[in-house]
Amino acid sequence: MKLTYYPGCSLHSTAAGYDDSTCFVCRTLGVELAELNDWNCCGASCAHATNHFLAVALPMRNLILAEQAGHDVMAPCAACYNTLKTADHAVRGRDGQAMTINADLEEIMGAKYGATIQVRHPLEVLGSWEMLREISAKVVRPLMGLRLVTYYGCLLTRPKNVVAFDNPERPTTMDKILTALGAEVKSWSYKTDCCGGALALSQTAAVATLVAKLVTEAERAGAQAIVSACPLCQVNLDTRQNQIARPMPIFYFTELMGVAFGADASGRWLQKHIIDPAPVLAALAKGE
Amino acid sequence: MATGANIAPALAFLEEIEARSGQPVSLCYQCKKCAGGCPMSFAMQPYNCDLLKMIKYGEKEAVLGSNTIWLCIGCRTCGARCPNGIDISKINDVLREMALASGKKAGEPRTAAFHQSFLATVEQFGRSYEAGTIGLFKLKTASFTQDLALGLKFVAKNKLKLLPDRIKRAGEIKRIFRKAREAVI
Ligand code: SF4
Ligand code: SF4
Repeated sequence: MKLTYYPGCSLHSTAAGYDDSTCFVCRTLGVELAELNDWNCCGASCAHATNHFLAVALPMRNLILAEQAGHDVMAPCAACYNTLKTADHAVRGRDGQAMTINADLEEIMGAKYGATIQVRHPLEVLGSWEMLREISAKVVRPLMGLRLVTYYGCLLTRPKNVVAFDNPERPTTMDKILTALGAEVKSWSYKTDCCGGALALSQTAAVATLVAKLVTEAERAGAQAIVSACPLCQVNLDTRQNQIARPMPIFYFTELMGVAFGADASGRWLQKHIIDPAPVLAALAKGE
Repeated sequence: MATGANIAPALAFLEEIEARSGQPVSLCYQCKKCAGGCPMSFAMQPYNCDLLKMIKYGEKEAVLGSNTIWLCIGCRTCGARCPNGIDISKINDVLREMALASGKKAGEPRTAAFHQSFLATVEQFGRSYEAGTIGLFKLKTASFTQDLALGLKFVAKNKLKLLPDRIKRAGEIKRIFRKAREAVI
């Protein structure tokens, strides 16, 4: 399988470990990635929060470039995935404003978006039945005994008519992947409750309350760590646990895949975490 | 005969919001599932469901001045649960745009300042630039010491780029921003 890779701004800075581990995992599973040439920021929540034109035009420029590259485009950041998918959906649905913006972009870039490619998230790509079989086959260090909860956050699964690869409030794709790695996935009710990442800098106190709730509930569910598929969620949860007595590590699901596949580089990814995940994994090494 | 209160339906604001957001605000029957599921309800004044009531009453100034529109994270839980298919995050997107265009002080100036700081770096470089966003945000809000310790940890772990990524065809992004300014109603 060949895909165009859209890392987005976070994976080039705060979430470098997500970037590396995603590329490693895809390589291992035979998914060929080529980074989108000259990609721009998708505008994230800041564009859709304040300017509709930017919210459509910024992701659409990337879609035009990806369409020229000729393959489906994969975006690991939930916010990027959501904005790209929303722009794609608007063009497919012949939304009036999106058509006008598409024409404006044709004037600026000399090409417009024809919606001939798909926007995909790594969970969607790696969560198919065929892939799950491949994943189990590649495990050299099963995550036996590691108790986890999966956290999807808000942007991966909603709105359900736009993203539509899993249930909007009880998704299971990540659960299946982690189970294939040998981990014990605990059930909890907070898989898609928002962590407030988009407002982490501007509404810090309110966001700390949301994070505290999630971590407390994860602990109550019996988990040792939370697993995320979004760089905004991971950074927010990893850095805003100041109200928590025993902070809990926050993994990217691709990091745990890398650990289970025996990636030499996994130590480097995990060193970037603010809350050290080593103790949780050390127990694993000893088979406790 | 005096007719007493001069009550006229205030439809103009409602119709504008419905047209721009694509959301059927008129269908709302105040079941409040949206407020029940909203992660930010505890801080919102008024609740998201009450905002819809105020839109129906035509209370434009109170709606645009509320903190609700700035505390909405855009998580779309409301949209997933509303029995009438109303996604309040889309309404709030339109309301914030209108509030900024009105030139009045935002109900939560810090959130507005953050969004604007972030977009300013995107306009400049084509990609967001965290250190730049944080710098601009701190200038706008004069909050120089907030998160200082965390920022230093980020630098130590090499998580924060100290120089921006710049795309090759940055001119295209500048033109997109110019168009966006023209497009604001
Ligand atoms: S869930 Fe829908 S119908 Fe119920 S109060 Fe909220 S917007 Fe109105
Ligand atoms: S989108 Fe906004 S209003 Fe709706 S539930 Fe989320 S935070 Fe609340």
